[in-house]
Amino acid sequence: MRQLDTRDVTPASDGLLLKLELHSDPQLLCVVRGALERLTEVFGFSPPDRRSVTRAVDEALTNIMRHGYNGRTDQPIEVYCKRVRPRPSERHDGLEILLCDQGPAVDPSKLRGRRLDEIKPGGLGLHFIRQSMDTVEYARAGGINQFRLVKYLQPWT
Amino acid sequence: MQISARHSDNTTIFDVSGDIDLANSPEVRKALLREVREKRTPRVVMNLSKVRYIDSSGVASLVEGLKASRDLKLRFILFGLSPSAREVLQLSRLLKIFEVYDNEDQALSS
Repeated sequence: MRQLDTRDVTPASDGLLLKLELHSDPQLLCVVRGALERLTEVFGFSPPDRRSVTRAVDEALTNIMRHGYNGRTDQPIEVYCKRVRPRPSERHDGLEILLCDQGPAVDPSKLRGRRLDEIKPGGLGLHFIRQSMDTVEYARAGGINQFRLVKYLQPWT
Repeated sequence: MQISARHSDNTTIFDVSGDIDLANSPEVRKALLREVREKRTPRVVMNLSKVRYIDSSGVASLVEGLKASRDLKLRFILFGLSPSAREVLQLSRLLKIFEVYDNEDQALSS
């Protein structure tokens, strides 16, 4: 498959490509993965980077469902996918994914992830996110948690 | 996600298909831990050849299965990792911790 020029994907004037609104039901995770798989393909990411972005979004949603909403399946989550301009030192656009939820404020110290030298279940989601994405940021505004992820395109054949 | 078991001699093979994520990883965990802790099956094998995607909760279930097996000196084996599954185990530095094979023949003859 040829690598598509991201300009083939026409965003809205604010760069918005896709917006998803869902409830915090884990059964919907596969639906979002499907959408991100196709979006990243159309955007022009390589297969490994498509997997990375999809994985990061999936893990972020999982964290919202488990920890933000404590397992409740009826709470709102919004996912905004936007094309962003290249970083100053780069030539290629990026894909920004902003995940918004109305759960309690997140303790930033809990966003660091755990060390991997101990073999134990759990605590891997944040690590996967940080390994997969170029930018990982958290903010809270107006009672809304905003988890911002960005992945920049890399040339591939 | 679907999970089924085949039993022979001292081995149980779990055939898993679909995606393992937060929606269904508890089911995988429950099946694994029952096989290891209750039935004490000497060799538990996970056929992941039809698992396209596994998230951190799925990995956590595998880790629990591994730890439970080690505690009871039983064997826990994986085979048929997809690129995505292999990547997540590499990212979590667990690929070398598990006993992993490419296919069922290799897993059972190990």
